[in-house]
Amino acid sequence: MTLLDERAEHDVHPAEPAVDSDEQAPVRPRLLGRRDRIELAVAAAAGLTGSGAMCLVFDWSHPLTYAIWALIIFLLSTYLLARDSQSPVVASDRLVTTLVWTSGVATVLVLVWMIVFVVAKGLPGLSLEFLTTDMASVGPLDDGGGVLHAIVGTVQQMLIASAISIPIAILTAVYLHEVRGRMTGLVRFVIDAMSGLPSIIAGLFIYTIWVLQAGNQPSGMAAGLALAILMIPTVARTAEEMLKTIDDGLRESALALGAPQWRSVMQVVLPTARSGLITASILGVARAIGETAPVLLTAFGSSSTNWSPVNGPQSDLPLFVYQLLRQPNENQIQRAWTGALVLVVLVLVLFVLARIIGERGARARGGSR
Amino acid sequence: MTTFEPEPLFDAAPPPYTGPVPAVPTYASVATPDAPTVPAVSAVPATANTTSSRLDATDVTCWFGKRKVLERCSLAMEPGKVTALIGPSGCGKSTFLRALNRMHELVPSAAIAGEIALDGVDIYSEAMSPTEVRSRIGMVFQKPNPFPAMSIADNVLSGLSLSGMSHEDPDALVEQCLRRAGLWDEVADRLHEGGMSLSGGQQQRLCIARSLAVHPDVLLMDEPCSALDPISTRVIERTIRELCEDITIVIVTHNMQQAQRVSDNCAFFLVESLREPGRIVEQGPTDRIFTNPSDPRTYDYVTGQFG
Repeated sequence: MTLLDERAEHDVHPAEPAVDSDEQAPVRPRLLGRRDRIELAVAAAAGLTGSGAMCLVFDWSHPLTYAIWALIIFLLSTYLLARDSQSPVVASDRLVTTLVWTSGVATVLVLVWMIVFVVAKGLPGLSLEFLTTDMASVGPLDDGGGVLHAIVGTVQQMLIASAISIPIAILTAVYLHEVRGRMTGLVRFVIDAMSGLPSIIAGLFIYTIWVLQAGNQPSGMAAGLALAILMIPTVARTAEEMLKTIDDGLRESALALGAPQWRSVMQVVLPTARSGLITASILGVARAIGETAPVLLTAFGSSSTNWSPVNGPQSDLPLFVYQLLRQPNENQIQRAWTGALVLVVLVLVLFVLARIIGERGARARGGSR
Repeated sequence: MTTFEPEPLFDAAPPPYTGPVPAVPTYASVATPDAPTVPAVSAVPATANTTSSRLDATDVTCWFGKRKVLERCSLAMEPGKVTALIGPSGCGKSTFLRALNRMHELVPSAAIAGEIALDGVDIYSEAMSPTEVRSRIGMVFQKPNPFPAMSIADNVLSGLSLSGMSHEDPDALVEQCLRRAGLWDEVADRLHEGGMSLSGGQQQRLCIARSLAVHPDVLLMDEPCSALDPISTRVIERTIRELCEDITIVIVTHNMQQAQRVSDNCAFFLVESLREPGRIVEQGPTDRIFTNPSDPRTYDYVTGQFG
């Protein structure tokens, strides 16, 4: 019996008998037949029990050990069952499919686990007061206090870093992919090298140049500069990849209408790549928003709210978490976890906002001129 | 090389073959002047561009890097006529077409020799900039490519803003160009939707309308119908016949019937053997090329006995 026959036997569910009309009932062919599903269930059971047995025999207690062995035994049994019942080709196909699925599920699980962990640890300390006060007059053992100063710092520093780095990075991408000047190779090499730059080096560089030599105060501005250095390579390379996806026919059409290259880039290429460029910017922000070391070196950190980004030390959320988590008392550690939760939520809000703005802009432009 | 005789194939209006006639028009039906006439599409007065230009290529040779792909091609593209470039794949038709509006030089290794004169002025001379050349000699590509980030109306007007021109009445220009491209009736009520929502044939006509908005003297078309169904092809061919009254059109096509249907003059390109550049084997009025070609290779090609 061939595979197809078997599939047909297992998968096609005959339509409900038509009572009074000759209308056909829709049938959605299923990817996995009945036997496939039974085999998967048997394999899963084998994995769970087999791993449990191994844990008992070898006296392993960590849940991760259990999960990993359960996965290994599950994959092995899937393969062997399919090989036995069908053929080695079907078995390896099944194995690879299962592997791809479990990898996807594992990634999502790790992310969900991490977020649940942060939420569970941070939620007890979250209150309106926490969001609207700073730590200026709060002693280590006191109640109260909050992250206002760190939120202000994070938002201001990210705005400064984005305002500096995103235009530079997108223009760099335009140079690399649209202009293709003589320096393209060199620029790409430097950008690649920069993307591997440890963040503390960027912090040290700005500290030396901006704070020590130029004599400026440590400030949110200095932190923004350091973060901009980190963002440029990420945004530039991603933006270049996005420009590569734009059909050359569009560029040629624009030029064939008599456009100089800069107009073709400004009016056709960049608007078409808009959503990709927003993705590139988001990746850049994601690279920089969690940085602690450069901010520690350039903004020094502070426990009071400093609204001025150019004047005096500032804190930000990762730095807040880093500093409080090292304190030896419960209140401070609780604040650190809640600060981490605020950081995660802030990142989420920023990303959703960027997406909405990007899509609304695209729709508005499509709708009128 | 055959000398080109500017003998007009049709005296008056182009032979219309439109309407819902399902039969593919044969050469005979195209040439018959008493075929059903097309009602005039344009409700808007004809454009200011009533005198079209002539384009003369003299000894054009093209290279990509060291490889010579085209050698000493001379062709006169008569004002108000449709010139078809035919020939097998890889014989340099598209390269020749792209040389005509300085798109050839966009390939980094490309080089060119010879002269291409638009109304007597060499387009490769200092007298004309590439952007000026391209706005006077428009181009429609094989693949329909409206600008995805723009609405239908914006697509039509894009040539103006892209080349830094302006127009006192953009809405009228949009309507006029869409009418000339035969698309107005289908999109009149959704001018502000995205251009990508149209079908392939409509997108191609939108691209034609986009090219018309900058009032080109010459329109180059690189296999404009090769990605389209026969109905859309017919609409576009009708559009071409209407446009050629005031625009000089050069069209590359692989479709022999299409060349017969739409063109007044024809040039047959051929690569003799591998590693040789493409050359123009024969050129002349379309009916002579297709009925009585002087070169046996042309005869083989147009009758489908090639190779």
